[in-house]
Amino acid sequence: MAPFAGWNMPIQFTGVIEEHNTVRNQCGLFDVSHMGEIEIRGSNALEAIQLLTTNDASKLTNWQAQYTIFCNPNGGIIDDVTLYKFNEERYMFCVNASNTGKVYNWIKEQVGSTAEVKDISKLIGQIALQGPLSLEVLQPIINKNLADLRYYRFHEDSIGTTQSIISRMGYTGEDGFEIFTQADKIKNVWQEIMSSGKNFGILASGLASRDTLRLEMGYPLYGHELNEKTTPLEAGLDRFVKLDKLTFIGKTALEKKKEEGIKKRLVGLEMLEPGIPRQGYHIKKNGIVIGNITSGTFSPTLKKSIAMGYIETPFSSLDTELDIMIRKRLVKGRVVTMPFYKKTATNKEEQAYIKDESLKRLFS
Amino acid sequence: MDFPEDLKYTKEHEWIKIEDTMATIGITDHAQDSLGDIVYLELPREGAKVIKDEPFGVVESVKSVSDLCSPASGSVVEVNDALVDSPEVINDDPYGEAWMIKVEIGNPGDLDDVLSAEEYQKYIEEEK
Repeated sequence: MAPFAGWNMPIQFTGVIEEHNTVRNQCGLFDVSHMGEIEIRGSNALEAIQLLTTNDASKLTNWQAQYTIFCNPNGGIIDDVTLYKFNEERYMFCVNASNTGKVYNWIKEQVGSTAEVKDISKLIGQIALQGPLSLEVLQPIINKNLADLRYYRFHEDSIGTTQSIISRMGYTGEDGFEIFTQADKIKNVWQEIMSSGKNFGILASGLASRDTLRLEMGYPLYGHELNEKTTPLEAGLDRFVKLDKLTFIGKTALEKKKEEGIKKRLVGLEMLEPGIPRQGYHIKKNGIVIGNITSGTFSPTLKKSIAMGYIETPFSSLDTELDIMIRKRLVKGRVVTMPFYKKTATNKEEQAYIKDESLKRLFS
Repeated sequence: MDFPEDLKYTKEHEWIKIEDTMATIGITDHAQDSLGDIVYLELPREGAKVIKDEPFGVVESVKSVSDLCSPASGSVVEVNDALVDSPEVINDDPYGEAWMIKVEIGNPGDLDDVLSAEEYQKYIEEEK
């Protein structure tokens, strides 16, 4: 266990590599109750959300979710979040734990006078069931047919006797479900799923494997790839920034930056020599610092060191060879496409989504 | 958790097997357990000098980086190169196959402050 943003976090249960491989091949269950939930209600909810976020929330149907971003007026990222639409007058943001207070205050400050804003984080628990066998594990203990639940959709159902919100998404690159329920009932849901999953080889999984899984997919993490000094354009999140929207906070700044040209870009790196790049390490070309590592690890699936980092645009093209400074030693690496791990998806929609993700990451 | 009686230990969680002036060094069962899955190891070359209480190498688990500290000054006479290629062996067999280096000790007095198995076990219980 380790302290994080006021929570005690389970880092690992049986071991990070075993948990990682189990999620890739069977399934794992993560307690992610530290994530924050903020509700926006009222007849002006959509208008408020459109002003606050970069993606286009008007495209959402009821019971659909989208990945979106809060920017400050300079275009820097306040948080990256998932937005859930229940109906025209009820939405929910799932936000990063360390940003919950900051995002809540920001929303209140910007739209508090027109929409009803409520931080319900303390009332809500969240667990993520991830891996190719997730559906088989969850189906026997719920009522609705999960095969009908499409990617980035959600619905209400009960798990055992516990009322829950079940969404089909995740942060691992595998098929899976993120489940919200009343915080004091989360233990029941956890036990129901673990016991249903026993015959499928389910493992309780910690945040260390969640990190290696997301890294293999090239998914950014707030505090590593994303922060208030970084724009979504630099982070390669252009697809979630709808500059054709009438207005949103940060739009003018982002348009200007796009016109001026993006100076640094987030890239994927693989190491060509032994060594593990870690956050903060310098990236060099011909002895000159041209960027730094934001996340790095040994990839349990690929069995080599991988990393993400920002580098000056002229050096960001595919296959560029670079040096990473690892404890006074220069270690060779190369710019590669993300995701690092290309899975063989079984779910067609998910497959299409992942393909889209890979295309998006092909930097020129 | 395993604490073989015939070994000596340091507060930096290395074990030392002392035979005359030769010390074989590795990391303890407790150390490998706390680090989790070990995926990278850096060791000095044969012939390199090591200095008491200073790093001679690096061990990395998936999540963290740790220095390996030498319990004594001396010169490295043998290196377990096979271990560098398969660092996961440290998790499986920390006191056996996962020995790291053998050092010819310059000053045997360097090892006066090492702990016995019992003392080390007590030390990590207090550390918790």
